[in-house]
Amino acid sequence: MRRQASDRLLFCLKRDQRRVRKRMSASGSDASKASEDEMPVSTEQPQLLEIRGLTKGFPGVQALDHVDFTLHEGEIHGLLGENGAGKSTLIKVLTGVFKRDAGTIRLDGQDIEARDPADALSLGIGTVYQEVNLLPNLSVAENLFIGRQPHRFGLVRTGEMRRRSQELLAGYGLDIDVANPLSAYSVAVQQIVAIARAVDLSAKVLILDEPTASLDAQEVETLFRILRDLKSRGIGIVFVTHFLDQVYAVCDRITVLRNGRLVGSRPIAELPRIELVSMMLGRELAAEALHRNQRKAVTGEPLVAFKDYGKRRLLEPFDLAVRPGEVVGLAGLLGSGRTETAKLVFGIERADSGQAFVDGKPVRIATPRDAARLRFGFTPEDRKTEGIVAELSVRENIILALQAQRGWLRLIPRRRQEEIADRFIKLLDIRTPDAEKPIGLLSGGNQQKALLARWLATEPRFLILDEPTRGIDVGAHAEIIRLIERLCEDGLALLVISSELEEIASYSDRVVVLRDRRHVRELSGSDVSANTIMTTIAGH
Amino acid sequence: MIRRHLPVLITLAVFIVGYMICLAQFPSFASTRVIGNLLTDNAFLGIVAVGMTFVILSGGIDLSVGSVIAFTGVFLAVTIEKYGLNPYLAFILVLGIAGLFGAGMGFLIHTFQIPAFIVTLAGMFLARGLCFVLTTDSIPINAPAYGQITDIAFRLPGGGRVTFIAMVMLLTFAVGIVLAHFTRFGANVYALGGNRTSAELMGVPVRKTTIRIYMLSSFLAALAGIVFSFYTSAGYSLAATGVELDTIAAVVIGGTLLTGGYGTIIGTLVGVLIQGLIQTYITFEGTLSSWWTKIAIGALLFAFIVLQRGLSAASLRTR
Repeated sequence: MRRQASDRLLFCLKRDQRRVRKRMSASGSDASKASEDEMPVSTEQPQLLEIRGLTKGFPGVQALDHVDFTLHEGEIHGLLGENGAGKSTLIKVLTGVFKRDAGTIRLDGQDIEARDPADALSLGIGTVYQEVNLLPNLSVAENLFIGRQPHRFGLVRTGEMRRRSQELLAGYGLDIDVANPLSAYSVAVQQIVAIARAVDLSAKVLILDEPTASLDAQEVETLFRILRDLKSRGIGIVFVTHFLDQVYAVCDRITVLRNGRLVGSRPIAELPRIELVSMMLGRELAAEALHRNQRKAVTGEPLVAFKDYGKRRLLEPFDLAVRPGEVVGLAGLLGSGRTETAKLVFGIERADSGQAFVDGKPVRIATPRDAARLRFGFTPEDRKTEGIVAELSVRENIILALQAQRGWLRLIPRRRQEEIADRFIKLLDIRTPDAEKPIGLLSGGNQQKALLARWLATEPRFLILDEPTRGIDVGAHAEIIRLIERLCEDGLALLVISSELEEIASYSDRVVVLRDRRHVRELSGSDVSANTIMTTIAGH
Repeated sequence: MIRRHLPVLITLAVFIVGYMICLAQFPSFASTRVIGNLLTDNAFLGIVAVGMTFVILSGGIDLSVGSVIAFTGVFLAVTIEKYGLNPYLAFILVLGIAGLFGAGMGFLIHTFQIPAFIVTLAGMFLARGLCFVLTTDSIPINAPAYGQITDIAFRLPGGGRVTFIAMVMLLTFAVGIVLAHFTRFGANVYALGGNRTSAELMGVPVRKTTIRIYMLSSFLAALAGIVFSFYTSAGYSLAATGVELDTIAAVVIGGTLLTGGYGTIIGTLVGVLIQGLIQTYITFEGTLSSWWTKIAIGALLFAFIVLQRGLSAASLRTR
């Protein structure tokens, strides 16, 4: 069943690619015909940036595999894809951070190869990152003009520079004191300054890498107004984002990458949301592959509950309750607010609205320590950097949380440590020659199990698992899922985040679907299926 | 606007309050003689502090300046007194050598991405060691040119004198202010201190700027060494030990952030004068040991660093 679905998908992909190629070659010949007739009859704008067969590999991973990408003048082009799709590699090759292995990049019909970002900028490709790459300690005017300040007799003409900065920013509807340091202004203003600088440095192509990630709704609207204005001036804009609403609000065309390959490139007007989501997730609406028959409706008092819990610029306030013995899944695209929910719940981010309850009593969760004291556990998404301590042994990794809970002064006796480690190694079937082996040498699945053991050793009542099955092999995958189900039978309350829709549908009793940093819908009972999750993610 | 200049304003307020206290206790502090001496006694510290301000603004540090001052004194004494070199030629020669020395340190720091702390620490030992290679004695300088130069002074009403070396210091500050706030080089220095990676992405010539910063610092240290030799009329290998730390203290008390990116040259001048003021007070007081200067500086330095932390935290909150 599953196999068939993936075959069909592969076929669709190939068909998409063929179609795209055909369309592109068609438009290409249109353009050449138009120029022969000396009549610009083509409704499509001329091509600005043309990438063909771009390939880039890193040891062990093919980050980009023959990717084509075309940007026209006066076009806002959304570049989409989940984790590891190759978006950031594409941008880094384009701006000269990485060298490409193969392929051509043409700007205005000229082959280009940027040496570094500064070189890319001088060629006409400007990039604005989510973390604004400007100088917070310099004035706004200096940020706009550094390296090209107007000067006379070796002295910078500050007045002239400020006047020109004021004029430049006025063109973006920004009236601020340009003599103030950049750090005095919000991220939104800083981003506009970065855009103004890039465009003023004769950028023809403007790349915006998740510019809206830390902006509020009004700031996003301002940014979009500016983007539309730049578009009308003929600048080509590449817009990387995770927010589907924003894609539909501002983009003319989208290109989706997945696992380093081009999935397709389409005009947004002809693309239904559900199709866009299926392009990103690599999954078609299909008959259910996996069914979980006895989806129990857990009743009783919730163990943990959150009311109107949220944080400005991070996540809209949400309600969430998990009962003992229940698995609640969090589903959504990358950046939709799944991990943010986990971080709020575990106190890694501090909520600025709402109230948390444990056993019906209000509690304060301001730090992970508070959460651990309430007997919460959390295994993070990025195992390597946030979870395991690679140099320490399996035993040391397992007792870490328990020791932290007891306080560092009351050392757990060595014999007790060994007992705990051995018990979990047996219980979870962690495959390691002995408990003293550095955990970094174990396979991903076994590291994940050791991380689970770390929290299980503290005897938690509520466990949050962020992407527990990412990057581990199929066998270990199934084991982790079985483990999740067993834990839940033991009366643990579980909150699980996963991008694998089938997987999350298979073990969750309820699924909360997130979109654009909002909890949009809660599915329960027979609604819990990969198909419903996907249509809910797509919305409308 | 006020917030931006707050550290400098606080430094200035500390100086004024300190001066008032001194004045209340010793009315002769109002005399131009005391003020003239304050400038003269701290001339070499002021000159080297200008260079250090540039270094710290760019996010670096230069530990070699004290040794470079000593080397300059010894070099002048040996070449002028032992080999009979023309003093003016010796000045030019030593300024050139120091400039090259600084450029070399800047080159190493940029090319091999070695922390400035390590490179200039090596530079400090190197320059100090070279002093002892030249001579281990204290050599007096009796060249007639020295007498002529120290006689140059601008007389103030009330018997005070602004000596030649005080004028050199004030001129150095004037040039420093123009360089820091009104040239591209100055903007680049602040850019490096703000965020090196961003600066590079924005097309700031990082290599050139780094080399020039350390070149400037060593050049000014040599100039301070020349001024110091006017002041002491001698060259001695063990002179100016620990001056690099006094200099850093003056820069930080003057409102420059030790992590780079924020600060002013004029603040450094006030920082130097505060140190001078404490020293003068202790001389007037007569019973206190001169080590109390160090204790006072230590307390001030501590207070200023805490203050800067508080200010930057406050500015983050109000964003």
